[in-house]
Amino acid sequence: MTALASPLACGPEIRHERGQRAVFCGLTGIVWLHRKIQDAFFLVVGSRTCAHLIQSAAGVMIFAEPRFATAIIEERDLAGLADAHEELDRVVRRLLERRPDIKLLFLVGSCPSEVIKLDLGRAAARLSADFAPDVRVLSYSGSGIETTFTQGEDACLAALVPDLPRTDEASLVVVGALADVVEDQFARLFSDLGIGPVRFLPGRRAADRAPVGPRTRYILAQPFLTDTARALEGRGATRIPAPFPLGAEGTSLWLAAAARAFGVAPARLAAATEPGRARAARALAAHRERLSGRRVFFFPDSQLEVPLARFLSREMGAELIEVGTPYLHRGHLAEDLALLPDGTAVTEGQSLDDQLDRCRAARPDLTVCGLGLANPLEAEDLPTKWSIELLFTPIQGYEQAGDLAGLFTRPLARRARLEA
Amino acid sequence: MQLTLWTYEGPPHIGAMRVATAMRGLHYVLHAPQGDTYADLLFTMIERHGARPPVTYTTFQARDLGADTAEIFKQAVSDAYERFRPQAMIVGASCTAELLQDDPAGLARALGLPIPVIPLELPAYQKKENWGASETFYRLVRALAGPPATAPRVRASCNILGPTALGFRHRDDLREVRGLLGDLGIAVNVTAPLGATPADLGRLGEAAFNVVLYPEIARSAAQWLERTHAQPFVETAPIGVRGTRAFVEAVAALAGVNPAPVLDGEGSRLPWYARSVDSTYLNGKRVFVFGDATHAIAAARVATHEIGFTLVGLGTYSRELAREVRAEAAAHGIEALVTDDYLAVEAAIAAAQPELVLGTQMERHVAKRLGIPCAVISAPMHVQDVPARHAPQMGFEGANVLFDTFVHPLMMGLEEHLLAMFRDDPEFHDGVAPSHLGVAPSHLGGRPREEAEAEAATAVLAAAPAAGPVVWAIEAERELKKVPFFVRGKARSNTERYARERALPLITVETLYDAKAHFSR
Repeated sequence: MTALASPLACGPEIRHERGQRAVFCGLTGIVWLHRKIQDAFFLVVGSRTCAHLIQSAAGVMIFAEPRFATAIIEERDLAGLADAHEELDRVVRRLLERRPDIKLLFLVGSCPSEVIKLDLGRAAARLSADFAPDVRVLSYSGSGIETTFTQGEDACLAALVPDLPRTDEASLVVVGALADVVEDQFARLFSDLGIGPVRFLPGRRAADRAPVGPRTRYILAQPFLTDTARALEGRGATRIPAPFPLGAEGTSLWLAAAARAFGVAPARLAAATEPGRARAARALAAHRERLSGRRVFFFPDSQLEVPLARFLSREMGAELIEVGTPYLHRGHLAEDLALLPDGTAVTEGQSLDDQLDRCRAARPDLTVCGLGLANPLEAEDLPTKWSIELLFTPIQGYEQAGDLAGLFTRPLARRARLEA
Repeated sequence: MQLTLWTYEGPPHIGAMRVATAMRGLHYVLHAPQGDTYADLLFTMIERHGARPPVTYTTFQARDLGADTAEIFKQAVSDAYERFRPQAMIVGASCTAELLQDDPAGLARALGLPIPVIPLELPAYQKKENWGASETFYRLVRALAGPPATAPRVRASCNILGPTALGFRHRDDLREVRGLLGDLGIAVNVTAPLGATPADLGRLGEAAFNVVLYPEIARSAAQWLERTHAQPFVETAPIGVRGTRAFVEAVAALAGVNPAPVLDGEGSRLPWYARSVDSTYLNGKRVFVFGDATHAIAAARVATHEIGFTLVGLGTYSRELAREVRAEAAAHGIEALVTDDYLAVEAAIAAAQPELVLGTQMERHVAKRLGIPCAVISAPMHVQDVPARHAPQMGFEGANVLFDTFVHPLMMGLEEHLLAMFRDDPEFHDGVAPSHLGVAPSHLGGRPREEAEAEAATAVLAAAPAAGPVVWAIEAERELKKVPFFVRGKARSNTERYARERALPLITVETLYDAKAHFSR
């Protein structure tokens, strides 16, 4: 089920593939989003499968008073839609009584709720009116039929955009959930560059709503934010094109793009970024030896694959066999794609068994893949790096560049160490 | 709609996957949306399988909805057949595909594959994982078991039914049970689903009887085999020394062999360990048991009859076997808790104030939060309960494992004695947790135990219907602090209950000891 390749004039060779996909659905985004927005609650309207998925993905986290749950659709809910809305109201009421600290409630659509066409947008509007002004209720879909893994974050942030206040002030919005430590580092760097005011989307609390308007510039910190970007443009904001801030080079180019957009003098940019660049260079040197010349294969997972491949190839000297991505936004990834070596095989979509055949034939030194594939490939003596860790670990910015490289060298170092 | 945070069981198609993954030469094509492949990692991560589960998902997306999904399904079935060349296939739908109009059975039949293709009807909005495993195994046995045997069967031969992938200690239980049967001189014809091929299922009829290890999974299949192949079955769980002895007697009777050599053998260390003086302190320890029906019932029996604990709670999330659990609870003079709502289990644990909880991964976390020792005896489990070492629940070695498992979270006798005697010493003050609880203070979120305990007591009070205000005199409060912390919560709630029942306005030192005398009858 492979379509024809559609090569660009130069640069990477992009192919499309259709077939079985081994990927998470967008519901998984809840696992890190709920940590980021500290007074939000995520209520999935779905099946037992959805609850089971979140429980499997959240692992042990589910017990620390988590701010997510599932309203499991039962047989009687399938009987009639009016009833389902009443049921949902009842569940939400019970939930908010138990958790009065919640300020923002997301109704998260799933495959079952989408297929039976349960109108969660309408439910959110109705419940918002009921609970105003204490709780805002929004909705988005994290279903597998519509979203792949990180696209759940995109859908969530896109749902936040209409809710943002309007401004005519010139400002910068950094879009994409980042670890707090990374967010703080970027805030300091922008302040050193004299860029301001700088806001982050999502904010850490429901009340932190970045104002947007026609003089707002935004820069994406994550590559999977198609719908959020479109919604921001709809509010008049303008995107600052840049490669993503992974590795020392990526971070420098990302900051430089913002500096250019705000007319920061090159000398000031150099001064502000010099210490970070020097530290990142020192941290990366230790890992380059291990990764240089290594052949890497990416299975599709998060859309981070293209910028990660760019980092591994340009800064670590790795060779790229195939870069799989579940979805490729050519506009948002143009700068990263341009930095990939000519002829790099980039595959959008997946036909799992065919891709596994290619991987086995190539016998890569390192395969970046999901947890369903990692142990089976290891058992075939193919070293792997499980990809979901790249979403939970702070990897962006100068100070994390060494950690990022470390995530890829660790499996290789471990291989070298084990003797039994 | 049911508000859920934690689910004890996955949807029924996960049960089907557990059967398919346990077997060899069988492939499962699951009509499911993109994303449902998350289930693979239960097998590759929790059970650390070195191969992907034999499951092909159609992973349809929104753009495929409409006529396309049926075509995708047919393509997936024929591609999977070409690639994997299985002896048989099972096909079915996950929860979302169940809502579509596609008919996996009809679509698969239309392909006319030269192997048996068995359709599964797994109602995802009514049933759950264990039911799915049971139904799948039953359908497979029905379809593949062949006609009843005509040749006379060897009397001392049996099938072992029930072990699956992702089963709690199924791998090691199987080794123990095979050992017991081998020692009795009983031949094992087929073990299924674990390790069996579809062709093996065709030989099921050659055995004289069946051994059902896990009724949650294999009872329906065994009942069908009893009806159509005239194979009786044994369902006694060989868990604990008594359970194992009863099992040995039951299979020996069916096989017509002498059980004495096995029963007279060395058996288990559990009986001696439980009789040794260090175990005296285990007497009457209050234990709360929750899990799947088979493991909950067995653990309750071992805990009470073989180790000498007192059962203060027994429950299960297995609605299919609720009757058995209710009967067992009644035998202990308590009422069974049948629920799949972990908040109900948490409330029951808080109210029963046990000194030990035996449960699933879920109860481990509840107990940690309440500061109560706990051991895991049933699925759902995390990766640490699929250990590298041999760790059965069944057979005589299983009994050894159970003794260690139940006792280790508690303080050893001497440690507990010292703690009570020297509770004001810096090394033995109230904040010191049993050494087996590891870093206990952080389990309580860094709060003093006192506070967590007060919270637990409040929870209990809130749960009681006629909870009036109860006031403690300062001296009584001080005296209460002299009660060892691990029974202090119970002492507090008993005293308050005593005071409330008598409408006493103030709890004095007298009241405290009156209550103690009252409840120690």
